[in-house]
Amino acid sequence: MTKSANKTLLKVDGLVKHFPITHGIFRREVGSVKAVDGITFDIKERETLGLVGESGCGKSTAARVILQLLQATAGKVYFKEHELTSISKEDLRKQRPQMQMIFQDPQDSLNPRMTVGSIISEPLFEHQQLKGKERRERVEHLLHSVGLNHNVTNRYPHEFSGGQRQRIGIARALALSPDFIICDEPIAALDVSIQAQVINLLEDLQEKFGLTYLFISHDLSMIRHIADRVAVMYLGRIVELAPSQVLYSKPLHPYTKALLSAVPIHDPVLERKRKHTVLVGDVPSPANPPSGCHFSTRCPIAEENCFKVSPEWRKVSPDHSVACHLV
Amino acid sequence: MLSQHSILQVENIATCFRTQEGIVHAVNGISFELKKGELLGVVGESGAGKSVTMMSLLKLLPMPPAEIVSGKATFDGEDLLKLDLEKLRKIRGGKIGFIFQDPMTSLNPVLTIGYQLTEPMREHLGLSRKNARIRAIELLDLVGIPMAKSRMNDFPHQFSGGMRQRVMIAIALACDPQILIADEPTTALDVTIQAQILEIVKRLREELGMAIIWITHDLGVVAGIADRVAVMYGGYIVEEAPVNELYAKPKHPYTQDLLKTLPNLEGKRAERLESIKGQPPSLYQVPRSCPFAPRCNRVLERCKHENPVLTSRNNNHNVACWWNPDSGNDS
Repeated sequence: MTKSANKTLLKVDGLVKHFPITHGIFRREVGSVKAVDGITFDIKERETLGLVGESGCGKSTAARVILQLLQATAGKVYFKEHELTSISKEDLRKQRPQMQMIFQDPQDSLNPRMTVGSIISEPLFEHQQLKGKERRERVEHLLHSVGLNHNVTNRYPHEFSGGQRQRIGIARALALSPDFIICDEPIAALDVSIQAQVINLLEDLQEKFGLTYLFISHDLSMIRHIADRVAVMYLGRIVELAPSQVLYSKPLHPYTKALLSAVPIHDPVLERKRKHTVLVGDVPSPANPPSGCHFSTRCPIAEENCFKVSPEWRKVSPDHSVACHLV
Repeated sequence: MLSQHSILQVENIATCFRTQEGIVHAVNGISFELKKGELLGVVGESGAGKSVTMMSLLKLLPMPPAEIVSGKATFDGEDLLKLDLEKLRKIRGGKIGFIFQDPMTSLNPVLTIGYQLTEPMREHLGLSRKNARIRAIELLDLVGIPMAKSRMNDFPHQFSGGMRQRVMIAIALACDPQILIADEPTTALDVTIQAQILEIVKRLREELGMAIIWITHDLGVVAGIADRVAVMYGGYIVEEAPVNELYAKPKHPYTQDLLKTLPNLEGKRAERLESIKGQPPSLYQVPRSCPFAPRCNRVLERCKHENPVLTSRNNNHNVACWWNPDSGNDS
């Protein structure tokens, strides 16, 4: 693949998002939930970056801060030649069509009172003032490209199955011909036999329109299939980032190793022979993360230093970065 | 018919829901057998009828709209489906334990963990308050809850998701059940927590030796723990076989295709995922043909008007399909 030679489309630099915890009638700030605690990565054009982690590790918050749907506490987001956290609202609005999002639950992310046609054409009217025949044709074209029949425009979301609804969500994200799409767990709510259909569709669309994806998921085998590079997140920080084949064959960070060994594989003979590293305990609360390395409380190989000093984010090879003292 | 080692024998159970939109044929005649100490994995997509089947056994469904149309479930020499409510209550949570999918909603938020754990033991085993408490602490220890004694008076919201599921397992085990029915017990949990729960279940099986029915949609989970697997689709069991046999030589087109759609965690990365075209069947129609026929790429003329029954092909491998994977023709 030559994608590594491509230009950088998105660059995230030290992004932080803390949600304040308030107390009492004066809403005094008593602490903060450190949902995203300083993440740095970049995405090249036409690349798929996978972002994996367990629930509550800050994947979705990171996505929302990158798209400026939430305001960042600190850090910078560079999209093409713009720095998104500091530009004016009007300038940001001009950038919006180029970056879109596909949400996890198609049931919740489509307005039940709008027809499929109006759901998909709303962005066309808002941003491009398309009207009449032109708009209708564009909607039909979009429906066609996600594999739906063009005569469904007057139907409502509840008349569709989960997989079809997700296709409607994808058509809406594609409406303004974006360059960059964040897919936030797009297949988590779908049945196994439908997941492959949607993944294949996303890959076809990437090929056809030259899209760049940030693909968020907790399904490690699906990420392995779709992503060129993978970032592993734990409690608000990225602990490891590497090309897909490297990360899955030679993981370095103890959390990545444990995560991979915890995924059951669908082969009874192999599955029963595999060594499982079972982590003890639960993910700590992001309101009160452990000092030093965030993973230290569950890490099987943690040393004294890990509990005190936060490991720095460093490169072990040109395209493989990791945050661990012991690697 | 009832073999010596069999603990539960289910024959031709069918359940439907009478709704305003029509009759939902959720389960259409399912038969299976559970042996002593065996772990039977039941896999299928949502709407395949996995949960409804198991809930029908203990009449845990709201009736109406649910209605058990036919069937027989022999457990302990009695037909569960004919028992009156009084007798059934003695079995629910006693000889047959149940773990539900969502630990958030299946624990009562206003009662302490200790109360919810001791209640079934006092009810079913007639233990005193003090003895039940001692046993409850042992159970919490057994499922790996640290400082069990001090957590007895805590409420469910003070526990994390994984911890709540452990409490659910402890409750299900409280009365030494002969059968444990686990309905997607790890689906709502993260992979690292799922791995913890699976370890506990493996250990408990060795220590307690009960029979388990494990419902899931995750073929990976079943591969690791099950002895035998039943694959469900559209309210039927379409294939049933010992675990190694099923994964190595699936015979039903649905099982074959389903295994192919899954991406691998190791080995070569597929250029493109295989997918099963179409949608799962609508359950409103009276099932007269093979439920998988519209999506099947090996479909025969016979499949469209005649429903195949689950028949034995060879040593314990049962398939409900007209197509013969060896000859490629009608079997």
